Amino acid sequence: MKLHLRVWRQSSVEDRGRFEDYELDDVSPDSSFLEMLDLLNEQLLEQRKMPVAFDHDCREGICGMCGLMIDGMAHGPVPGHTVCQLHMRHFKDGDHIVIEPWRVAAFPVIQDLVVDRGSFDRILQRGGFISFATGTAPEANSILIPKDRVDTAMDAATCIGCGACAAACPNGSATLFTAAKIGHLGHLPQGQPERYRRVIGMVEQMDAEGFGGCTNVGACTSVCPKEIGQDFISQMNRDYLRAVLGRTGD
Amino acid sequence: MSEHGHLWQEGPELDGQVPLGAIENQWDDLRFSMKLVAPANRRHYHVVVVGSGLAGASVATALGEQGYRVSCFCFQDSPRRAHSVAAQGGINAAKNYRNDGDSIRRLFYDTVKGGDYRSRESNIYRLAQISTEIIDQCVAQGVPFAREYGGYLDNRSFGGVQVSRTFYARGQTGQQLLLGAYQSLTRQIAAGQVEMHVRSEMLDLIVVDGIARGIVVRNLLTGELRAVLGDAVVLATGGYSNVFFLSTNAKGCNATAIWRAYRRGAVFANPCYTQIHPTCIPPSGSHQSKLTLMSESLRNDGRIWVPRRPGDTRSPDAVPEPDRYYFLEEKYPSFGNLVPRDVASRNAKQVVDEGMGVGLHKNGVYLDFSEAMERLGRATIEQRYGNLFDMYHSITGEDPYAVPMRIYPAVHYTMGGLWVDYQLQSNIPGLFILGEANFSDHGANRLGASALMQGLADGYFIAPYTIGNYLAGIDQAAVTADAPEVTGAIADVRNRLSALLGIQGRRTALSLHRELGQIMWEQCGMARTAESLSTAQTQLQALREEFWNELYVPGDAGSLNQNLEFAGRVADLIELGELLVLDALHREESCGGHFREESQTADGEARRNDAEFSYVAGWTWQGEGAAPMLRREPLAFEAVRLSERSYS
Repeated sequence: MKLHLRVWRQSSVEDRGRFEDYELDDVSPDSSFLEMLDLLNEQLLEQRKMPVAFDHDCREGICGMCGLMIDGMAHGPVPGHTVCQLHMRHFKDGDHIVIEPWRVAAFPVIQDLVVDRGSFDRILQRGGFISFATGTAPEANSILIPKDRVDTAMDAATCIGCGACAAACPNGSATLFTAAKIGHLGHLPQGQPERYRRVIGMVEQMDAEGFGGCTNVGACTSVCPKEIGQDFISQMNRDYLRAVLGRTGD
Repeated sequence: MSEHGHLWQEGPELDGQVPLGAIENQWDDLRFSMKLVAPANRRHYHVVVVGSGLAGASVATALGEQGYRVSCFCFQDSPRRAHSVAAQGGINAAKNYRNDGDSIRRLFYDTVKGGDYRSRESNIYRLAQISTEIIDQCVAQGVPFAREYGGYLDNRSFGGVQVSRTFYARGQTGQQLLLGAYQSLTRQIAAGQVEMHVRSEMLDLIVVDGIARGIVVRNLLTGELRAVLGDAVVLATGGYSNVFFLSTNAKGCNATAIWRAYRRGAVFANPCYTQIHPTCIPPSGSHQSKLTLMSESLRNDGRIWVPRRPGDTRSPDAVPEPDRYYFLEEKYPSFGNLVPRDVASRNAKQVVDEGMGVGLHKNGVYLDFSEAMERLGRATIEQRYGNLFDMYHSITGEDPYAVPMRIYPAVHYTMGGLWVDYQLQSNIPGLFILGEANFSDHGANRLGASALMQGLADGYFIAPYTIGNYLAGIDQAAVTADAPEVTGAIADVRNRLSALLGIQGRRTALSLHRELGQIMWEQCGMARTAESLSTAQTQLQALREEFWNELYVPGDAGSLNQNLEFAGRVADLIELGELLVLDALHREESCGGHFREESQTADGEARRNDAEFSYVAGWTWQGEGAAPMLRREPLAFEAVRLSERSYS
C-alpha cells in the first residue's frame, strides 16, 4: 500500500519543530506501524537524510518504550494495543497519517518522536515501592492474599509506563499512571504500612512535575494498552483524601 | 578437532574455583569463609553496574542496601524497560508446595540434565538452593503472583520436568518480577545509594594492571563520552540472540558490553549454545523486524502438519486428510507433537526446506486446533488459549479459530556468555558477569522458567556476597581520570565512532544486520555441519569487510543518533557471530541447542561425545586478525551421573 505521512521533526529540545511530509510505497499490510517507520527510515537513509528518531524496544507490547500520537490518537486507532502491536492492515491504501510525539508538558520532546518520561520514574521514587531490604523476607506462603485481591492488584500492576494516559488526557494528567501503582500496592497486604505515605508522596511529585489535574474525562483508560480502569483513580482519590484528613485508621 | 587446529591456539585450562567439600555445603562454607567489609566502610567503595534487567537491577539494589555506592547504567529511558520484562511463563523454585516430590536436589538434577550435561554442577546446586528465597523476596516486594482461593501461591508445570514448581503472574511473570526489582531499585535511587543513568551505553571496559576499574560510557542524548571508574564492574547486559537478526529479543538487546569486555581480555564461553523455540509466529515479509513467541503449551492440543506434496498451494481446509503430513506424529509415534523443543524445531525446518512450508512465504507449518475444538468444544479452547489466540489474530490478521495457526521456530535465548568462576567473577579480577550475559548455569540448553530464577539468584543472593568478598580483599591505588588506560579507552571509543561515521558508504546498518542474520540462521541455526559452518566463516568475513567499506551512518556523534548506536552494535554482533561459528565448528558433537548433523542418533537425536567434549570452551581474544586462544574448563559430574538425555 501507499501512504502519505506527515511526521513531526524536531532536532533538539531547543528546536521549535515542524511537520514534514513523506510518501511511502510498498508498505505491507502485515507490517507493524514501527516496521512501517523502519521502512521510511531506510528510504530516508537512501536519500542521505536523517532518519526519524523514535523510541521502541521489545516490539511485543510489554516494555512500554514506544508511544506515538497517530492522527491524534495515543497508540493509534486500535484499543488495547501499543503502537508496536498496531498493524498496517488497520489502514487503507492511500491514507494520510499524522504522526506526532506525546504532547505533555512533563514529557519534553528530545528529538522527533522521542520524549523524556523521566517524570514517571521520579513519581515512583516518592513511594512506589515497599520498603524492605533483601534478605528479610518471610516465607512466601506466610502472607495470604485472597485471589480476588491479587487479581485486582495484578490488573493495576500490568501498567507498562508508556505515557499514553497522560498524552491522551486534555489536562496532560498522569493520574492513571500514578493510581495504577497505588492500586497495585494498595490492594496487597505488603503495601498497607506505607499506603497513605505513598499516596501523599506520589501525588505531590505528580503535581511538582507539571502534570495537570484529573477531571474524570476517561481518555486515559480508553487509550491504555493494558486497559487499566478508572476505578483505580477513585481509589487513589479516596486514599489521598483520607491521608490528608488524617483518617487512615481503617 | 585437530584438522581445524590452525583456527585457534591452545591455552591453559580454566579453573572454576569451586569450593571443596560436599556440594550441599559448598555455598554455605564459602560464605562463612568470605571476608566482609564493615558497614561504615562500604560507602568508600564504588560499584559500576551495567544493565537494569532482573540481574542488574537486583544486584544494584542489594549492594545499595548494604551501603555501597552504586552507579547503574541502561540504554533505555528507564530501568523498567529491560528485556526481562518480556518473559511470559514463570519462575521455578523448589518450594515443593504441591507435595509432588520436588526438592532442591530434583531442581538441580532437572537443570543439569536439561542442560545436556554441559554446565558446572556446583553453580546449579547453589541456584536450586537459592530458588526458594527468591520467591519469598518477590512476594515481600509486592509481586502479584497467582494465588489459589485459599490465598496461597499457585503453581503450574513447565516443559522438561515432572513436578509443578513454576510460580507465575498471568502470562507476564517477567514483567512483574522486573517491576518488583525496579521498585526496590527505585527505593535505592530515592535514598541516594544508587545513581541511575538512563540512555547511557557502555562502549568499553577499562582494565588497569589486569584489573577491571571502570567503563567508558556514551550519553546517548548528548554524545558525551566519559570514563566511570569504580572498584568493581558488573555486567548484566543479557544475551546475544540478535546475532540472528530475527529473534524474540527486544530490538535494543545487544552484545556490545560483553564483546568489548572480551576484546579487553575476558574469556567468552560456549558462544555456540543458542536456544531455539519451536512455537513462534513466522516472518510475514522482508519488513519483519522481530519475532513473537507464543507459549509452548499450544502443542498440548494443536496438531502440527504440512501438505504432503511440496508446492501445494491449496487452502488448508481444502487439503484432505490423506494429503496432510503430520510429520511429528508419523516420525515420533510415542511423543507426537510433544517431542522436545529442539526435535520439533529441526523437523519443522526440514519440511520447510523441502518445499512443504505453508503461508504466503512458505515459511511455516500448521498448528491446527480443529480436531481439538471438535473434541473439547470451542469454549474449552478459548479458556485454555484465548489470550494466545487473540495475540496471534492481532499480529497475523488471521482467526486461528477458523484457520490453522502457522508457526515456525525462532531464536530466543543464548546459554553461552562471558566465562565466570563460582563467584561469578570473570578471569579479569573485579569484573563480575550476571544473568544471561554469563555462561554459567544452563549448559547447552535452558529449561523453561529458569532464566528469571538465575537472574535474580545472581543479583540478590550471590553477587552481593562475592563482590563484598572481592572488595574486602583489594588493596590498590585509586585510578585517576588521566591514567593512560583511561584516556586510551576513551580515545579508542572516539576513534571507533569516527570510523563508523566516516565510511559514508551505501549500505544501511539495518540491511547489514539483516544479512548477518540470514547467514547465521542458514548456516549456523537449528542444524549445523562442518560444511555450513565453513561457508558461514567465509560469508561473515566478507560481510565484515562489506560493513567497514560500505556502511552509511548519517549525522554526528555529538547528539542523539540512533543509527550510530545501532551501527556500533551490529559491528560487534558480526564479530561475535564469527566466534560463535568457530565455537560451533570446534564442537564436533551435538548437545542441547547445538546440533551438529554429523553427530546424531538413528532417531535424529543429539549425540554427545563426552569423551572428547565434556568441557566448557573458553575463548580469549588475541588481537585483530589473530586466531583466538581456546582455554578449556573440564566438567566433572559427581552428583549427577552422565547419561544420554532421553525423554521417552
